[in-house]
Amino acid sequence: MKKVEAIIRKSKFGDVRDALHKVEVNFFSYWDVTGVGNEKEGHVYRGISYSTSDIQRRHLAIVVNDEFLERTVKAITDAAGTGAVGDGKIFVSTVDDAIRIRTGESGGSTLN
Amino acid sequence: METTALFTANNVWMMICTALVFFMHLGFSFLEIGLTRQKNTINILFKNFFVITVGLLLYALGGFNLMYPGFEDGALGIFKFAGFGIAAPEGGMTTAYADGGYTWWTDFLFQGMFAATAATIVSGAVAERIKLNSFMIFAILYVGLIYPIVGSWKWGGGFLDAMGFYDFAGSTLVHSVGGWAALVAIYLLGARIGKFDADGTARAIPGHNLPLAAAGVLILWLGWFGFNGGSVLSADPELTSLTLVTTCLAAAAGGVASAIFSNILYKNFDLTMFMNGVLGGLVGITAGADQMGPTDAILIGIIAGIIIVLGIALIDKLKLDDPVGAVAVHLICGIWGTLAVGIFGAMAGLDQFLIQLAGIGIVGAFCVICSFFLLYIVKLLSGGSIRVEKEEELKGLDLAEHGMDAYADFRLNQH
Repeated sequence: MKKVEAIIRKSKFGDVRDALHKVEVNFFSYWDVTGVGNEKEGHVYRGISYSTSDIQRRHLAIVVNDEFLERTVKAITDAAGTGAVGDGKIFVSTVDDAIRIRTGESGGSTLN
Repeated sequence: METTALFTANNVWMMICTALVFFMHLGFSFLEIGLTRQKNTINILFKNFFVITVGLLLYALGGFNLMYPGFEDGALGIFKFAGFGIAAPEGGMTTAYADGGYTWWTDFLFQGMFAATAATIVSGAVAERIKLNSFMIFAILYVGLIYPIVGSWKWGGGFLDAMGFYDFAGSTLVHSVGGWAALVAIYLLGARIGKFDADGTARAIPGHNLPLAAAGVLILWLGWFGFNGGSVLSADPELTSLTLVTTCLAAAAGGVASAIFSNILYKNFDLTMFMNGVLGGLVGITAGADQMGPTDAILIGIIAGIIIVLGIALIDKLKLDDPVGAVAVHLICGIWGTLAVGIFGAMAGLDQFLIQLAGIGIVGAFCVICSFFLLYIVKLLSGGSIRVEKEEELKGLDLAEHGMDAYADFRLNQH
């Protein structure tokens, strides 16, 4: 089992979700994150200019069986890309086990 | 019956205006919490509730009789107190009172709604760092004593009135009285943590809810229909309608001028400047709303709008911290509006201008001295400081002073 973590533009979330559904990745969690990077956003408030390096992105966590890995990563890469700096990153790691709380069963079948 | 119908109509109008001025307290509350941070919301609302409730009670206890004591002919007209409590005088409910403009009860309540405004102005300026106890003691003293005494000099028929000083609805008597105290208070308090860098550069502390602030400004504008419209002190068709026209034109011109001028200076369309400009126009027209023509009103508004933008920058330059722009709006535009009576409209003239200037100086000196003195007393009563501890300020006054959250489900950003 692999965990695919993707940090993507919020504006691309709908496209990514649809692309994942198309390759039958139907279950995943996401949350909004704030990060720090090179991107600077200019603000002016009551005559005072300031900039923030806070970057708003959406973080997706998807646990899939090994055979789903390639298509999951490809779906995200294709759907989330704009070609501009700041499209985000994908991290892949190995997951030891998965347990379904309702039944107590474990292993890859819990992901189906 | 003709007289009775007119009396009733007059009185109804004045009671509507009373309700509109009351509504302004919601406007002030929304504006103040919108332009400050989430962690101090409860504290600001608490102060606003305190000011309107205690202000009204104090006005009944003695404020009204201090403000309208009935100076005798030939008296100096500086100080007189007509006794505690309120009771309608003989004939107070008839056309014999106030030329049939309103009943004595309406008079009390209309003026009572004004009284609390002066302290509410201070509340916004000192937000996010003053001790609640200190603010409450100061508000009691300022609304209970200083506001009515200054008011008596002009509206109570005192020496400013005898001098020919003109202030239709309170550019000086309400807004500057509050503004001077706000200026002294923010000078004594110091800036909020994080407002200025170590090298003195001003930093932005953005307000947490601009939609609420915008609602507050529009509510204040609506309230001003009563604030100025009611200051005609009857439903006189010509004067009330003229007053509402000048009031609205000045507000509109002030907002537009502020938005354009701040855009030229800072290259952005700043909603908060737009909103402050509307308020600046309103404060600016208040002293002469019944004396101006439409063009005068627009000019007064435009100048007020420009003054606001410069005023806010000036406050930052002086290393003072005024989260809501109360000093620029109420003090600086209050002074401008009072002077404008001598420059534009039916009363314009050098003599009037000088009288206006003298009135501003006298009221200013009195308010500044009293504010220093009262805040010194408040400081002694508050254990040596009117400012909360550093940890309390960082944590937010909602938790430190009240142990409450304004948005209990939204504790995302504790700053």
